[in-house]
Amino acid sequence: MEKNLRILEERKKSIRDNSFFCSGNGKGISCERASVSGTVSQRACVYSGARVVLNPVTDAYHIVHGPIGCSSYTWDIRGSLSSGEETYRQSFSTDLRETDVIFGGEKKLSAAIDELVAEKSPKLIFVYATCIVGVIGDDIEAVCRKASEKHGIRVIPVKAPGFSGTKSQGYKLACDAIMELIRPCSGISRENGVNILGDFNLAGEIWTIKSYLKKIGINVISTATGDSSCESLMRLPAARLNIVQCAGSSVYLADRMQEEMGIPFIKVSFFGWEDTSSSLIRVAEALGDMKALEKAIAFTEAETSKAKEFIEEFKPRLKGKKAAIYVGGGFKAISLIRQFNEMGIKTVVVGTQNGKADEYEIMSRITDEDTVILDDANPSELEKYIIEKEADILVGGVKERPLAYKLGVAFCDHNHERRHSLVGYEGIRNFTREINISINSPVWALCK
Amino acid sequence: MLDLTPKELKTREALRINPCKTCQPVGAMYAALGVHRCMPHSHGSQGCASYHRTFLSRHFKDPAMASTSSFTEGASVFGGGSNVKTAVRNVFEIYNPDIIAIHTTCLSETIGDDMNVYIQDMDIPEGKYVVHTNTPSYVGSHINGFYNMMSGFINYLSKKTGVSNGKAAIFPGFVNPGDMRETKRLAKLMGVPYIMFPDTSGVMDAPMTGRFEMYPRGGTTIPEIISLGDCKKVIALGTITSAEPAELMKKKFKIPFSLLPLPMGIEATDRLIMELAGFSMQDVPYELEEERGQLVDILLDSHQYTYQKSCAIFGDPDTVLGLTAICTEMGMIPKYVITGHPKEDFVREADALFGKYGLTDCKARANADLFELHQLIKNDPVDILIGTSYGKAIAKAEGIPFVRAGFPILDRYVHSYLPLVGYSGTMRIVEKITNAIMDETDRNCADEDLEFVM
Repeated sequence: MEKNLRILEERKKSIRDNSFFCSGNGKGISCERASVSGTVSQRACVYSGARVVLNPVTDAYHIVHGPIGCSSYTWDIRGSLSSGEETYRQSFSTDLRETDVIFGGEKKLSAAIDELVAEKSPKLIFVYATCIVGVIGDDIEAVCRKASEKHGIRVIPVKAPGFSGTKSQGYKLACDAIMELIRPCSGISRENGVNILGDFNLAGEIWTIKSYLKKIGINVISTATGDSSCESLMRLPAARLNIVQCAGSSVYLADRMQEEMGIPFIKVSFFGWEDTSSSLIRVAEALGDMKALEKAIAFTEAETSKAKEFIEEFKPRLKGKKAAIYVGGGFKAISLIRQFNEMGIKTVVVGTQNGKADEYEIMSRITDEDTVILDDANPSELEKYIIEKEADILVGGVKERPLAYKLGVAFCDHNHERRHSLVGYEGIRNFTREINISINSPVWALCK
Repeated sequence: MLDLTPKELKTREALRINPCKTCQPVGAMYAALGVHRCMPHSHGSQGCASYHRTFLSRHFKDPAMASTSSFTEGASVFGGGSNVKTAVRNVFEIYNPDIIAIHTTCLSETIGDDMNVYIQDMDIPEGKYVVHTNTPSYVGSHINGFYNMMSGFINYLSKKTGVSNGKAAIFPGFVNPGDMRETKRLAKLMGVPYIMFPDTSGVMDAPMTGRFEMYPRGGTTIPEIISLGDCKKVIALGTITSAEPAELMKKKFKIPFSLLPLPMGIEATDRLIMELAGFSMQDVPYELEEERGQLVDILLDSHQYTYQKSCAIFGDPDTVLGLTAICTEMGMIPKYVITGHPKEDFVREADALFGKYGLTDCKARANADLFELHQLIKNDPVDILIGTSYGKAIAKAEGIPFVRAGFPILDRYVHSYLPLVGYSGTMRIVEKITNAIMDETDRNCADEDLEFVM
């Protein structure tokens, strides 16, 4: 097992492993940096960040301006659900060819927009510039502006060449695109209610959150971008408060809205009962709505005790197991550590693709000292620590699943391929069930 | 409901909707994974490698390892030379492969990175190799990427010593590990010594061992690739996928080749068997005759359920041609036969298959997409749809049975482990298609028509 388990010197700064990490230097985990060339990074690119954030806008036409790959790999992969249109689940691309690369792709892009308008009746088109468009220098802003005028619809450019930063940069570009879309509505009159930002309605999660807010008497004005539409997004400026679920992708949007529209925000998380309860209470507090606060306290207490009862039933089967976590953002990782604590499962390895310094600090506070923490880990590092720390289950995304299975370790998808809502009290039940199904399956006995 | 396709067909020249292909690099990555102890390397932004690995993982349900040059803004201005040099050093140091197979991307191609020069400048550890191929994403499809990577390996590594190794070089085409296993079994049964290249069996269908092997046991070995230059003959399967590397072998080493369709269906499998027999000068063993006979038996048992049933088939060019051949042998009408791969040879070959069975109302299209296929079906429906996972929305919208075959299958298990080629692969497809048709009959028939015996 020795041969594949070395750690590159340059990578050691991004890992907290007691065997070499010096916690006394006051510097913490090195993160928010580009990957080391030549590692098998689990990370994606700027375009991918922009694409995943905007994808759930259900009636938008997403035209990917570039060779076919960038479009085909992002064709309906997000698992975001819609209560209305399904437009976003199709794939549109300019499928750039060699001649376009030589002579420029602007003509093809505007023809593609014309053809789309002839074929469908789009209200909103997002045009993504991929790597190559950044290099050949197509002026997609001009093309989008002209198309907008010609067809009388919103055509918004998203300049997201893959190489121009990390995935987080792509999140920012997506937020800018939303700002561009809603800016004309910034003067609409305010209503009593909140927006949910940074939830993408995977497995219908935004519906769960909405139902909780409704129960405590808080009105949801709009959502970004889960289960949203062009029209619903335009109502974002009407809210009194933004609540931000996936901080990594959407705090920037909340910041912009605060600055330009004066809408304050709070960060929330609906993973696990601690986070869900405190988030609901904090939303009521932030709105200064005493009635809602009362209801929130009663609701969260009742739901928490039900959820606890539920977990108690499963605890004998889960207690003492060890978990490894490798997810996109730091906020989710933190929520997961807490949820595992609630189940009596210790987190022995935790890492993220794009976590931030302050999030890593929280992670190191809420885990034991011997828990390994990694930023932008590669498969060999994950393998090394999953084996060394004897993890029983890995929580991650699509690229981590086969790795876990090859190691004979259980797995739960907490990313695009999640099958059940993992937020709120309902999510605790689903998550616990999923962990139980995988960790206690008889299949592991066959692997021994 | 995902029925978003209007019936009326309009000309589209610029807009691609719901593609039936993807880009070159993923094909190159897959080909490189078919080489033992090889690390595929993507010279571009890290999103490319991430997407390709995800795509392959979703199809094979196995890890797909590959490294990336992780382009930054600076690299895209000043060239990716230093990125790839650092990358290669790091990959050898940390992952210790025997060979690194670099493929380019649209980005590195457009900024004009010269891989030949970069590779010459690298410090490559003793006994290790670095090869490359150019895979501009804006040319062709993933099929080009697959055969370009094959040509890359051949160009860098294969040598002619002048002493024949007595073997046949078998190029399996862009197929699953299960197909490669089956083709190797046929070669063994026919007494043909061979080098299969590439060979993803034992890599992308590696067994569970309780350990994660970065380099599983399978894959064509480097000595085997070197030795390709000493082969007696090339048996190239998949007329569109394997033609270029076969030509290259002829040009470089004067090795003759036979370019055959993928061995799907009785006639195409017969052709491969006869080719193998011609190589080894051996008789066809009873084991294979028995298999063939069983397949014919199955076809005649089920013929009344499949005769004149119409179907639409889509996916990779050679696989689609193979499936079309099987369907015609089953007496079906392959009304629409579609690939996204932009090569008109596909249409010519599909037309030849139609001609052989006197089918006049069938349409073959290259460089097409699934939006167009869906429109064709809306205008003139078919009884069954056969293709990749992306067909499921069309099948559901139109309420027609759907058989998964090809690449990628993202929403089902086991597919890549079992063959679609050979007599046994054909049996598998025949079973899938007849079951789908008969299940549909059972589901929709009146109560009084439901039969225990069919």
